[in-house]
This record gives sequence, C-alpha cells and structure tokens, in this order.
Amino acid sequence: MKTTVKMTFSRRGFIRTSALASGGLLIGFNFLTACKEEVQPPVDIANLNFNDFNAYIQIADNGYVTIFSPNPEIGQGVKTAMPMLVAEELDVPWDHVFVKQAGLDTDKYRGQVAGGSQSIRQNWAVLRQTGATAKQMLINAAAAKWKINADEVTATGGIITSPSGEKLGYGDVVKEAAALEVPENVVLKEPKDFKIIGKDTLNVDLDNIVTGKPLYGLDYKKEGMTYVSVLRPPAFGMKLKDFSDVDSRAVTGVYDVIQFGDKIAVLGKNTWAAMKGKKALKANWQNDALESTEMHDKILLDLLISKKGEIRREDGDVDKAFAEADQIIERIYESPFLPHNCMEPMNFYADVTEEKIHLAGPIQTPEGTAAQVAKLLEREPEEVVLELTRMGGGFGRRLYGDFVLEAAEISNKAKKPIKLIYSREDDMTAGIFRPAIKYKISASLKDGKITGYKLKEAAINSNMYGLIPHFFPAGAIANLRIESANYQSNITTGAWRAPYTNFLAFAEQSFFDEVAESLNQDAVQLRLDLLDNVVDGADERIQYSASRMKEVIKVAADKGNWGSTSEGVYKGFSAYYSHNTHVAEVAEIRMQNGVPKVSRVTAAVDCGIVVNPTGANNQVVGGVLDGIGHAMYGDFIFIDGKPSSTNFDTYRLIRMHETPKVDVHFIESERAPTGLGEPGLPPAGGAVANAIKAATGKRLTKQPLLKYLTEAETQLKG
Amino acid sequence: MPIYNLTVNGKSMQVDAEPDTPLLWVLRDELDLVGTKFGCGIGQCGACTVHIDGAATRSCLLQVSSLESAKITTIEGISDDGTHPVQVAWKEHDVPQCGYCQAGQIMTATSFLKNNSTPSESEIRDAMSGNLCRCASYNRIEQAVAAAAKKLS
Repeated sequence: MKTTVKMTFSRRGFIRTSALASGGLLIGFNFLTACKEEVQPPVDIANLNFNDFNAYIQIADNGYVTIFSPNPEIGQGVKTAMPMLVAEELDVPWDHVFVKQAGLDTDKYRGQVAGGSQSIRQNWAVLRQTGATAKQMLINAAAAKWKINADEVTATGGIITSPSGEKLGYGDVVKEAAALEVPENVVLKEPKDFKIIGKDTLNVDLDNIVTGKPLYGLDYKKEGMTYVSVLRPPAFGMKLKDFSDVDSRAVTGVYDVIQFGDKIAVLGKNTWAAMKGKKALKANWQNDALESTEMHDKILLDLLISKKGEIRREDGDVDKAFAEADQIIERIYESPFLPHNCMEPMNFYADVTEEKIHLAGPIQTPEGTAAQVAKLLEREPEEVVLELTRMGGGFGRRLYGDFVLEAAEISNKAKKPIKLIYSREDDMTAGIFRPAIKYKISASLKDGKITGYKLKEAAINSNMYGLIPHFFPAGAIANLRIESANYQSNITTGAWRAPYTNFLAFAEQSFFDEVAESLNQDAVQLRLDLLDNVVDGADERIQYSASRMKEVIKVAADKGNWGSTSEGVYKGFSAYYSHNTHVAEVAEIRMQNGVPKVSRVTAAVDCGIVVNPTGANNQVVGGVLDGIGHAMYGDFIFIDGKPSSTNFDTYRLIRMHETPKVDVHFIESERAPTGLGEPGLPPAGGAVANAIKAATGKRLTKQPLLKYLTEAETQLKG
Repeated sequence: MPIYNLTVNGKSMQVDAEPDTPLLWVLRDELDLVGTKFGCGIGQCGACTVHIDGAATRSCLLQVSSLESAKITTIEGISDDGTHPVQVAWKEHDVPQCGYCQAGQIMTATSFLKNNSTPSESEIRDAMSGNLCRCASYNRIEQAVAAAAKKLS
C-alpha cells in the first residue's frame, strides 16, 4: 500500500489547490513561526508573506511542533486523532507535538464540521499528505545544506540523517525548507511503518480536563461581558402576546431586559442575576397551533397504514412476492422524540460591534453558523470572527446555530459583549429534537426463506437521508421496497447521534430476529445467509460490504459466545452498518426483580485502520451505552406543544449502576478509516430488545423499552 | 450586595454576592474557578460537585450565605498539578470523551474513596450513580475509581 501522491501545484498555490483536491480541508505549513503559546495562525491569507504561507503545522527552532486541529471537538476525539495523522507522516515524536484548536477560517480550511462521523474519514489522505509534504521539504532543505541528493537523506523522529551519519533536527532547517518549492510527489507511509497511528494516544486535553482548566464555551470569559438568560415561548406554537419586566428589573444585578421576536433577554451582572431576572418576568402567551404526541401518533400511523409514501428504493416484484407468500410478518415500530441533553447546556459569547462580529463557543458547524449570523445582522461573512471552544457534548444538537443567532442578535441590540447561557430547562425544552418516527416493516416468507421485504417510514418533519434506503437489507432480498412519508410539525427536529438509523436499526434488527424465530432459524445464521445474497460492488448505492459485515457478525458471535447458554443470562444479537462502519453486537441481560439489566455487551467493529485505539474504544463503548440508555429509558412526548420533561429529575439518562461492561473487538485492517462517533449506537437497542424477548417472551416494538415492558406485563396480568 | 468571606481551596476569599446565589455561580462567575460545571441546577447530574468540609456536595443548590464557616474544595484545589491519585487514574485510563462532567465525577470519587478505600465493584457503581456522563464513559470511570482505590490504599 505504498502511496505516492502527485502534487502539481506551486508552493504559493498549495493552500488553495490542496483544498480543491481534497474536497475537505485547507492545509499547510508555517515554518517560520515558533510554537509559542501566543502565536496564532496567520489570519488573512492575502497578506501572508512568501515564507509565512500556510497555517497547519508550526515547527520551532528546537524541533517542537504545533499542529492546528481544524475540526470542532465534541468529545469524539478528533482534536487528538487528526493531529496524529499529520505527526505520523511528518515523522515527529508525539511527545514533541503541541495541539491547538484552530478557529473558523474559511480561507485555510474546508469543512470545519463535526458531523456524520466524517472528520477522520474525509481528512485521512489530506492530513497525511500535509505531514508528508512538510517532511519532504525538510529533507530537501537538509540535502541542499549537505550538497547531496535528497534521495540519499532519511528523516525520522524529527531528525534528518545523511548517508555519512550527519544529523540535523527539523528545527535546524525550518527556515531553509520554507523557501523551497513544494515537492510534486510525496510518499506516504505503509501502515506497517506507522509509529503513531494505531497506538494508544491520550486525549490531548486530558490534563486540562482533570484539573478543571477553562476549556468549554461556558468557561469562556471576556472583560466587560454581560450574562444573558432568555425567556422563550413555553410551548411550540405559542407566541409572545405581552409582558411586564418591572419585577425582573427590580432583581439586584439585572442590567436590562430586551425583547427580540417572541423572546425576552435578561442581561445581568452574572449568571444568577440573569436567571433570577428571567424567572421574574411576567409574560402572556397566545396559542397558535399546539401539537401533541397523541395527535402525532394518529397522523404517523395513518401515513404508515393508509397513505402512499415516496418510494426510496424498489427492487424486483414486491407485490408478487407478497401475493405468493406462505406467511407474512408485519410489525410497526415506534419511537418518541428525544432531546440531546449535552452536559454543557447551549451557550455562546457574542460581541457585535461596527468593526466586527466576535463569536466564541461550542458549535459543530462554525462556517454555516457564521454565515447565518452575518445574514441575520445584514453584515458580510468576512466580518465574523469565530473562536471554537471544546464542547461539552454535541450529539447533533450543536449542528444547529439557533443559540448563536440568539447571542448575536442580543449583543447587536444591547451594543455589548454578552454571554448567552441556557438553563437545563431551556436546553431540554427549546431543543432541536430527534423526531418521533414510526416504521412498518413487512416480510413475505415462502419455503423457509424471505422472498420480499417492505419498509415504510413515517416521521416528523423529514425522512431518512442520503444512502440510508440502500443500507442492509438492500441487495440481500430480491423483492424490496423502501418508502417514506412525513408530517410537517412546528416542533423543531434535527440530527441526533446516528440520525434515523438510531431507531431504524432497532426496528430492522428486531424484525429480523422475529423473522428468524418464525423460520425457526438461528438469528446470526439468518443474517449471514441473507448477506450471502449480496454481491459487493454490484450496486454503487449499496456501500456496506457483505464480506465486512459477515466478518463483524462472526467475530461478535464468537467473542460474545453466541449459542452457548448459562443460567439466567439471555442474549440478543444485532448488526448494523452506518457512517461507513460495520458493527455487530451481542447483548446479555439478566432479570432482576422482573426488570431486565444489561450485564454485558460484546461488539465487533470494522472501521478500517483504527487511528487511536484508546479513543476508538471510548467512542464505541460510549455509543453502545448511549444506545442502551436511550432505548431503555428515553421518553419525551409533547402535550399541547410542551415537552413532557424539562430536567433530569423527570428525564432519565443511563447511570453507572445501570451500565453493562462493553467489550469491543476491532477488525484488523489496512483499509482507510471510517466513522466511529456514531456507528456503535444504532445496533445496541435491537440487541437489548432481542435479549429481552429471549428472557421474557415479549417482543417490544416501542421505545422506551422499559416503559412498554411494564405496559405489556400489566396487560398480561389485567 | 453583601460581602462573604469564603475559604476556597485553603485560601480566604471575599465575594460580593446576593445571599441566595448558589456556590456554583460564585465559583464560576466571581472567583474564576470554572472547573466546577453547570449541568442541571437542581442537584441531579453531579457536574457541579465540590467538597464542603470534605464531603461531596452539589454546589448548584448551596447558597453562598450558608458557607462562611465551610471549607470549600473545588477541582482546582485537590492537587496543584493534577497529581492527586484519582486524577492520575483518570489520565491513565484516558477516561474523558467530551470531558465536561469529569471534574464532578472526580470530586465524587475523591470524597467517596476517602471514606472507603477498599470499595467493592457494586459500592463504586452505587457511589458514582449520582453523576451523569452523557458520553457514557462509565466503564472507564468505574475502572479509574477502582485503580485510584488501589493507589490510595
């Protein structure tokens, strides 16, 4: 796998051309700047001088290297893993590397987004090329100094060596290297030669996290900053009628009260004053259209049962397969809305002045959000300066910059630097929720085989996107129809960790478990047999690989002792491909006083090359536990536009005493890495539900599982 | 506003605050000790955990006016340089994902281990169950607490 990458652009053009070639990032070097704390990457690319031409790597005279991590860090580990890729090919010892979070810079970087588990996948080649190009330029500089051919020079660990044993540190030739042409070809390492990639590398912010240093948006402070708390309509479909701020203004520390749209901002000396001031507001609201879960349930079921949807994929003759079936299985699966509940509530700093718009805080989409702010305030995007902070979780919530727009609008009206802080109640009730979704899945069975498959999705606001209709079992069942429909609600919804597949996987993997049971087949064998029907590469819309899927299924079944029984332990199986990664899971449960407790999960994951094993393991374990927690407990409904929960006293998140041990087995691979922040989650709920079926005989089709298990038991007793 | 004399991390500090201000916001907004995090404001998530006279306590529910005789310890105060055995265990196990809840987790763990240096698995799981981690880094928190117990005993 020796990869020579041809680079056909000039040094000056390196920045722009590499951005175009990658479709991802803008990359580069800044050889002349030492990595001192106060040094910032060059901001205005038009003003960069000949040597100061890029902003990705900085090498100091002493050879220490600063690598800027461009993408937002939400806990998925890219602030560690992305610089690892650069350092690997640059060939420097990891303990000589400092990592800094880059701010939004659309000139230097492309795609500064944390979403879809794509940061590593999209930037795998680009970041390695960046490091390799820098290394080659350093080698060329040393060769010129020694007056020998660069082919004779080697470099490793930050040291360049001549054939006669002379040595130069990277820092010794930085200035000379910067004056050289950018090489046209660079050679990337073979995976067997990796020294950083594939090695456990501790989170670069670890020291700061465990000592409580300021890192997050909520920790960001500026002199003269005013704290802001906002009162929003208490229900979706309500509008502000009128309000009195007399009591609010009487609260000690409240500076001002400002209405904007249907919202009221209270500005205070500190967070507490702003929050108290908000509570003291007396607002009257008028109802527009108030929606409830009860109404949504009826609408979505009607869409599933009586209305035609949009065909998303159709293979073979589905109607014929169903007409000729020996048996038809049909089930409806139902999910609630879900809030994201990032531990760090939404917040943002904004200082809007005539000169510029200064924003700082946690946002997964800095570029898009900066553009939205500029549009809202009728300013130019170039006037926006956005600093990224570490984020106390994302899960999709911080893809949406609604809270940044609020902060900018308030600062613009107040003519002050402000810090907007959501209370937990604000965060949970003014969310961009995982939409409630229902699936109807049907299979026609004939002669002991599945001959046809129909899946219909009915969702609030929008439907499965991209290639999801072509995920498994597309390609595995000859007669197949995927259909979707939606209802437009005034409740705001959006991406939530593994959008759509977070519940679709549950529905589908529960369904196949039931099909296996009906056919009297083993659940694992049924999946392997179906995958035998898939020809890898035959349909370009089908991006999962049958062979890779079969491997994770076999490894999970083996490591999870599928098929062996022990007293009181019940197992469930699930496998799912999402975000370009194949995952299979075996969940084990034990019943304690009639309540299922997940006691162990074994996961097998094929995500290609594992860049940072410790970080990768953390992502999968967290994804599995997150998936179990929300499948078991996540309950969120609307009554007259109001969410059923407002804080953690009524909204149940999984806690340590409820968590199983999760064992993760990564498939050894030399393939390019794929997503990891999300793919561990989708299979978890199905694995648990299938284990609950094994334990209790009850096939649960609605989440949260615990609620409907209790309901099912009550009905049986009643 | 009244002035309160507080003892935080062994130092005497004066703050000018309304009597009902929760310690959490005094630490964060007035004393620039932002390691103590805001999560829920109702004592349910544990992100704001500090030690009051050595005992793990939710700072979001403690009014500043009640604390003049208390010894307050925050994450910034358990060691000068991140070398408390619990912090070391956290680093060795590379516990955090987003990391936001971890200061609260560490404060709960240090207080718990002071009272029980040889905890069983279920004692650790129960003791830590008051602290939410939305990234669900629970397996590693559990391992780190167990490892810290060994270091401390």
